[in-house]
Amino acid sequence: MNLTLKVWRQKNASDKGDFKTYKISGISADMSFLEMLDVLNEDLSDKGEDPVHFDHDCREGICGMCSLYINGQPHGPNQTTTCQLHMRSFKDGDTITIEPWRARAFPIVKDLVVDRSAFDRIIQSGGYVSVNTGGVPDANEIPIPKVIADEAFDSATCIACGACVAACKNASAMLFVSAKISQLALLPQGKVEKRGRAEKMVAQMDAEGFGACTNTGACSAECPKEIKQSNIARMNREYFTASVSTEKV
Amino acid sequence: MKLNSKIPSGPLAEKWTNHKFNIKLVNPANKRKYEIIVVGTGLAGASAAASLAELGYNVKAFCFQDSPRRAHSIAAQGGINAAKNYQNDGDSVFRLFYDTIKGGDYRSREGNVYRLAQVSVNIIDQCVAQGVPFAREYGGLLANRSFGGAQVSRTFYARGQTGQQLLLGAYSALSRQVANGKVKLYPRTEMMDVVVVDGKARGIVTRNLITGAIESHSAHAVLLCTGGYGNVFFLSTNAMGSNVTAAWRAHKKGAFFSNPCYTQIHPTCIPVSGDHQSKLTLMSESLRNDGRVWVPKTIEIAEKLRKREIAPRDIKEEDRDYYLETKYPSFGNLVPRDVASRNAKHVCDEGRGVNETGEAVFLDFRDAILRDGEDAVRGKYGNLFDMYQQITGENPYKTPMKIYPAVHYTMGGLWVDYNLMTTVPGLYALGEANFSDHGANRLGASALMQGLADGYFVAPYTVGDYLAGLSYEKVPEEHPEFRKAEDEVKARVKQLLEINGSKTVDHFHKKLGKIMWNHCGMARNAAGLTKAKEMIRALKEEFWSDVKVLGTGEELNLSLEKAHRVADFLELGELMVEDALHRNESCGGHFRDEYQTPEGEALRDDENFAYVAAWEYLGDGKDEALHKEELVFENVKLTQRSYK
Repeated sequence: MNLTLKVWRQKNASDKGDFKTYKISGISADMSFLEMLDVLNEDLSDKGEDPVHFDHDCREGICGMCSLYINGQPHGPNQTTTCQLHMRSFKDGDTITIEPWRARAFPIVKDLVVDRSAFDRIIQSGGYVSVNTGGVPDANEIPIPKVIADEAFDSATCIACGACVAACKNASAMLFVSAKISQLALLPQGKVEKRGRAEKMVAQMDAEGFGACTNTGACSAECPKEIKQSNIARMNREYFTASVSTEKV
Repeated sequence: MKLNSKIPSGPLAEKWTNHKFNIKLVNPANKRKYEIIVVGTGLAGASAAASLAELGYNVKAFCFQDSPRRAHSIAAQGGINAAKNYQNDGDSVFRLFYDTIKGGDYRSREGNVYRLAQVSVNIIDQCVAQGVPFAREYGGLLANRSFGGAQVSRTFYARGQTGQQLLLGAYSALSRQVANGKVKLYPRTEMMDVVVVDGKARGIVTRNLITGAIESHSAHAVLLCTGGYGNVFFLSTNAMGSNVTAAWRAHKKGAFFSNPCYTQIHPTCIPVSGDHQSKLTLMSESLRNDGRVWVPKTIEIAEKLRKREIAPRDIKEEDRDYYLETKYPSFGNLVPRDVASRNAKHVCDEGRGVNETGEAVFLDFRDAILRDGEDAVRGKYGNLFDMYQQITGENPYKTPMKIYPAVHYTMGGLWVDYNLMTTVPGLYALGEANFSDHGANRLGASALMQGLADGYFVAPYTVGDYLAGLSYEKVPEEHPEFRKAEDEVKARVKQLLEINGSKTVDHFHKKLGKIMWNHCGMARNAAGLTKAKEMIRALKEEFWSDVKVLGTGEELNLSLEKAHRVADFLELGELMVEDALHRNESCGGHFRDEYQTPEGEALRDDENFAYVAAWEYLGDGKDEALHKEELVFENVKLTQRSYK
């Protein structure tokens, strides 16, 4: 198929950036979206033009490195990661607009590459159970009801791609943060520190410049891992309980 | 140089305990005076960095991805083995040790593998304490499943995302130490060289992938946790960025490289659909429990399939060849990975492949659906079927899946002793980057186990033993050796940018991949390997005279990053071929056409080849020197594997 691509090009963080239009032909329906961009980049290199920079790594939908805002949707039309989106989702003659994630907390590095280190700093502020290596009890000494373990697992599947932030009109990171807070608050191992964790992670999230949540649900609707909005409710509960509690943990 | 594996003396079961008692300790107050560099933040790297920081050492952790959580360990699906014997089915540390040695076709060290089996039980405890959501039974205890190469249920799992959950556990421990100020993170930073001063590893030189800045980092010890080199084949199940550069640079600075030809080819991957393909996707091995593998009996029928004149379901029962079931009646479709892969290649080489490229076999669920119903099959494999349909556009409930083997894991790697130290003092290799535990073939669910064993429970002891004998003083980053290494890296960047040839980096990578796959892949022979060596040399020359790398060295430049990696793959490829050519036997993932039993199985030569091949770099353009570490088996008897 033949396509027209409108791609955001930006040399570096201080460059203003704008859209450039490219024609591309000979694309097969079996290609993944990123393989289509590989073809574009080979074409550009042959012509001596700088290839389009984008983040990607595992190309099997689990590492969370790929991003791209495609025709106004994070990861494009299907609820998958961009690397799992295939060209059969498009038609011959289509025009496809490709932009980076747009959020103040995710500054653009180059072209379609953004800096998501804010997510790492949020996890560093409390997204863990404080145990050292060694000296822990036998794994089966902590029985966990299957339903609780399954629910914690659903929250734990977040890949930190940032689609939730890109989808949100306020660029809120609530879905990402709440998924980690939920996973650990549900499990007995994580309950010990749950209040302090919620306070610290929310504080870090605010400090990074992410916006507020207005419950539109765009984040969940676009999340390639189907992280549920109910996580946000649980996070808010943990946070408010913590803020009115005198207990220091 | 005589290789000393430093396996402690004494009975197998007491080696590690005795060794831990005998090694030197660093006083808690003095640990903060030492600095350790960890390159790579996958299971091995993140667990090592976190554990060493918890002990009090200062750690610098480097990764090329934008976050430590993206390391390719995250993509592991199936599970992690541990000799917990929670199922009361006869498992033990010795049985896990035995299965691993046998699965590796008797080409690994007894001492290392036994220790791996011992600490496997601690790994599960550790991960659960961190909040890793393993699968559980209704009673609230941990669930297990069985996996290839074992007759007990010892695999712990987290749906089909075990690697992800384990890595996020290690990443959370790492993040906690970053918050504590004990680990400094360097994401989007690539290691370009190891710096050796007075015979000891004293630091690394890196390139900041955003700014292009070349920087020196001095430390008391360097740990390489940089994964495997499967991407030498261009197409593999590895992530796009997975590379050999760190290990290869270490090799050129004196670290021996072991058994580079041991490559694991996984039998159930989605076949290549065209030249545009950038990577291959694994479909879990568990599918072979219910799917039946077949191709048409004749080339004529296969021809019609390839031209799409007939559909798979039109082929009559008597025209189908269920070749694994016929050839291996007792194991059937569940033969080990290497056997299943070789047989698929064999039938496709005969011209009976079933897709346009002729390189695919069917994995058919028709009979399972008839027997158990579509809902039961969906319950077991629903997410895998969805993934298959997403990628291929075909519905596996209606038409058989097409699969073909793909490169998945590399057993070879940097040579290390029992302490995981390479032949360069102070330089360690952990996880897939070393060679030590899987012999010539790795069993399923053992990669995660090894990565975490090395990082959580081995390196924290053995690195301390080394540091205890070292002064607190660091080599300054202004030292001439650091300057020299920096200058070399800068010169190489300049050279790559100045070639300004006519072909892209990917062009060379694809060509190298084809050579490796055709001549050093699932089956090898002397003639093909000899030819491949010449072809790789020629390609390397062409690369250095005709590659086109655009842009500058002072910015994010993906083609420059790739060019560095491919240049190293070209050199590694030649060594793999050399290693495969010298090993005149077949074992595990290394199958030489000349050495097979009358039934076509791998024929080992224990008398002449029961050793670890360790290659020493002697300079550009020179053949590498072979060193041998004899393998001593005191606790297992070497036998021929049979799956008939």
